[in-house]
Amino acid sequence: MDGNLITAMLFATVVAGTPLIITALGLLVNEKAGVLNLGSEGMMAMGAVVAFAVTHHSGNPWLGAGAGMLAGAAVSLLFGFLTLTLQANQVASGLALAIFGVGLSAFIGKPYESIALKAVPPVRIPFISDIPVIGEAFYNQQAMVYLSWVLFWGVLWFLYRSRAGLVLRSIGESPASAHSIGFPVIAIRYLAVLFGGAMAGLGGAFVSVFYTPMWVEGLVAGRGWIALALVVFATWRPLRVMVGAYLFGGVMILQLFVQGSGLQIDFPAQFLSSLPYWATIIVLVVISRNLSSIRLNSPASLGKPYRPDA
Amino acid sequence: MLDRRKFILSAGALALAGSLPFGAAAQDVTKIGFVYVSPIGDAGWTFQHDEARKELEASLGGKIETRYVENVAEGADAERVIREFAASGSKIVFATSFGYMNYVERVARQFPNVTFLHATGYKSGKNFGNYNARFYEGRYLNGVIAGKMTKSNIIGYVAAFPIPEVLQGINALTLGARSVNPNVEVRVIWTNAWYDPGKEREAAMTLISQGADMLTQHTDSTAVVQAAEERGVHAFGYHSDMSKYGPKAHLTATTHHWGDFYIKTVNEVLAGTWKPENVWGGFKEDMIRLAPLSPAVPDDVKATVEDLSARLKAGTFHPFTGPVLDQAGTERLAAGAVIDDATLGKMDYFVQGVASRLPSK
Repeated sequence: MDGNLITAMLFATVVAGTPLIITALGLLVNEKAGVLNLGSEGMMAMGAVVAFAVTHHSGNPWLGAGAGMLAGAAVSLLFGFLTLTLQANQVASGLALAIFGVGLSAFIGKPYESIALKAVPPVRIPFISDIPVIGEAFYNQQAMVYLSWVLFWGVLWFLYRSRAGLVLRSIGESPASAHSIGFPVIAIRYLAVLFGGAMAGLGGAFVSVFYTPMWVEGLVAGRGWIALALVVFATWRPLRVMVGAYLFGGVMILQLFVQGSGLQIDFPAQFLSSLPYWATIIVLVVISRNLSSIRLNSPASLGKPYRPDA
Repeated sequence: MLDRRKFILSAGALALAGSLPFGAAAQDVTKIGFVYVSPIGDAGWTFQHDEARKELEASLGGKIETRYVENVAEGADAERVIREFAASGSKIVFATSFGYMNYVERVARQFPNVTFLHATGYKSGKNFGNYNARFYEGRYLNGVIAGKMTKSNIIGYVAAFPIPEVLQGINALTLGARSVNPNVEVRVIWTNAWYDPGKEREAAMTLISQGADMLTQHTDSTAVVQAAEERGVHAFGYHSDMSKYGPKAHLTATTHHWGDFYIKTVNEVLAGTWKPENVWGGFKEDMIRLAPLSPAVPDDVKATVEDLSARLKAGTFHPFTGPVLDQAGTERLAAGAVIDDATLGKMDYFVQGVASRLPSK
């Protein structure tokens, strides 16, 4: 296998993993505050369609990405109102949100179905993009890819190095204790939910504006669910989310390359298509199999409603 | 017009209104129903059927009234929609997807006075006919163009499922390309979905990075043509003319035209002369055409293609004319022989020149 092929595969892997990273990191912060939002597929779909529409009308993909974030956040606000203010069941509300978002995005997107956007050109980082093989794959990418790396460091710093992150995590562990020492549990959970929604919206915007510059019903194609599963299998650790997302993207691209290369392997194509799911789950379960580490990292109050005045 | 749920609701209301005396006003207008598997959109399988429906309305004007329901899944919903059309007074129902076949068959038995037409299936009955098009004829011509124009000698093909119709297309394209350039190889990536734009795009990008400079697809979105445009290689559209999605990349497309068939069928039903048959039309019947060739296609290639399409139209040329060898080198069709429709309908192998392996069953 020559260097160009490896570069092409790495390049495609990074692109395929990026929407998962952005969405999953948002969900991770969301869940660290103890709120389980299963509606990520719906939020991504809303982000994707709104970002597409705004990009189409304004011609500016960044305005589109911003609008996608707002759309994701707006949908998650609905979820927040249901589960945090009205104390509705988080699992049921999240599932409803997923279905609602996918349906509404199809409705909004109807007039945009046949429009193609211009592809957003990649941004080349000088000097390091000249490194053979990996330079072209990692440093001549969409700006959104670099943004996902910034987001990764930001989330890492916020959760484990900042006071606000500590408060957020304490609310996820024991909202009653956090409340008793005076933290506004509901308000902080609202912020976490909004952040999760905005990131899912941005992940969706990446899919519709940067990755596949088009809109069709069902464009997100299950990536929201994969992001949700990634967070759990990565036991709520940002680095493992990142590894999992690239692994998923990588195996998907690898199986396409294997099919295209005409290698004589006797596997049904259906098996190859399911390979990314298998590989990601197995690897993440194996690296995260330490039970005490799972207990340590999974937010203890995840999915449980909390009523401060009770 | 309507989605499935609204349709079922309003059909109930219609049935009620129809039973009232003043509902009899529009007696001599024949109602015709169309069932579509996906949203109409702006290109693709369902779009072409809807264009044909419009041609039908334009041609028969006041004599008929058409209705359609889009995005009907191939399942129990389909049977409900088909039955509602029949029950609410439609005289003819066109069901435009393979997976509707058994539902059409069942409903057709219950409504002997309604005529049913089913696309791409193989069953028929007293009041139930089927129709299909010879998509592979267009593919062969695409192959000739690709074979002449490729520089890398690699053609990429993004395909959904290994069923006979798809294999006919891949094989016809390969035979077409090899007829003018014996060094060509065709690489196939299966997406295992009719419609997943993200995956179709990834597959196209993969083929491009493996050296393919000619691409086509047997899936339902325009993602492959767009990917080709982005990376500066060429592509062939399918179902519809997709040139607006890739002005530079798009060389031509295999397009489907059901309009004449719809008009002919409806006229026959109205005249009472319709008989169930298995319609399989191609260039000859004008059901399959080639979209206008891009200016990038050189004149000599253009001439070859025009000559071949004239022969397809005249019925003097069949893309599957022997010798046809499969990948293992076994002779599937003797030299000079022309494949018969039954064998063609059961195609389950790749011809020589396809580099990818057919997924085992």
